[in-house]
Amino acid sequence: MKENNLDKEITSIRQLMERSTKFISLSGLSGVMAGIYALIGAGISYQVVYAAFPGRYSYNPGDTESTEKVITRLLLVALGVVLFALVNGIWLTVRNAKKKGQRFWNPSSRSLMINMLIPLITGGLFILIMIFRSYFGLIAPACLIFYGLALINGSHFTVGDVKWLGICELVLGLFAALFPGYGLFFWAAGFGVLHIVYGIMMYYKYDR
Amino acid sequence: MRSAFEHFDKAFENRIRLQIMSVLAANESYDFNSLKELLEVTDGNLASHLKGLEKEEYIQVNKSFLGRKPNTRYVATKKGLTAFTNHLQALENLIRSQQKG
Repeated sequence: MKENNLDKEITSIRQLMERSTKFISLSGLSGVMAGIYALIGAGISYQVVYAAFPGRYSYNPGDTESTEKVITRLLLVALGVVLFALVNGIWLTVRNAKKKGQRFWNPSSRSLMINMLIPLITGGLFILIMIFRSYFGLIAPACLIFYGLALINGSHFTVGDVKWLGICELVLGLFAALFPGYGLFFWAAGFGVLHIVYGIMMYYKYDR
Repeated sequence: MRSAFEHFDKAFENRIRLQIMSVLAANESYDFNSLKELLEVTDGNLASHLKGLEKEEYIQVNKSFLGRKPNTRYVATKKGLTAFTNHLQALENLIRSQQKG
């Protein structure tokens, strides 16, 4: 055995251990696209809120009827953003996985999904409960915080950089909670700007 | 030089066995089909090496059903993990001693 062969052997073991636990085919471009959809969604939401309550960012539930209308519209916009981002993300990631010779559906992508879904579903239900109880002020911070926790939880099963995106989302979420009334702007920064910046970084680091 | 090789585990002389063990060391458990895809080996080849590791009591086999499909999962035993770590240590020691010389 030569030194070169031994080195290769150990590198291949390391790679195998990493490849079997981590799903590395997440597409950077899908992050950029998700960010763009989020910004478009935030733009529409801004218009919706402004049209209903000119002159202020937050909606103190005085006029219940129009508040309800606004909330329904905002929920539809949010649903649209999530749907577009998910479909686009899955499509780009499948394509990326093919290019890298990794299966899209394998034990590591399964672990990634389960570990992200636990905080995401908890957060989603929590936010729905807040909506039904008319606690609108903390919806945007809750979105950011639960999403950040989901990213950190999932980061063990994909490239480690995801953890930093998660921490940034958490920090933004806490700041959003400190400044009530500016939720939409923090939301746009977290889901729009951060995704675009992160996506571009990932694209240059891994996808090319 | 010879002494360094003494610590090498005979069970890991085969590359595929060592690869199987590395996957099982990094994961709680792994199923047959995913292993096959990851290592890019044939059914028969993988099965025979898994048998070999099972005989050494390095891995444990858990058979169950997912609906109607049989689902065979493999788990590294404590003995297997110790052997794997020792083998890796021996490899690294060998590299270090070669770099010095």
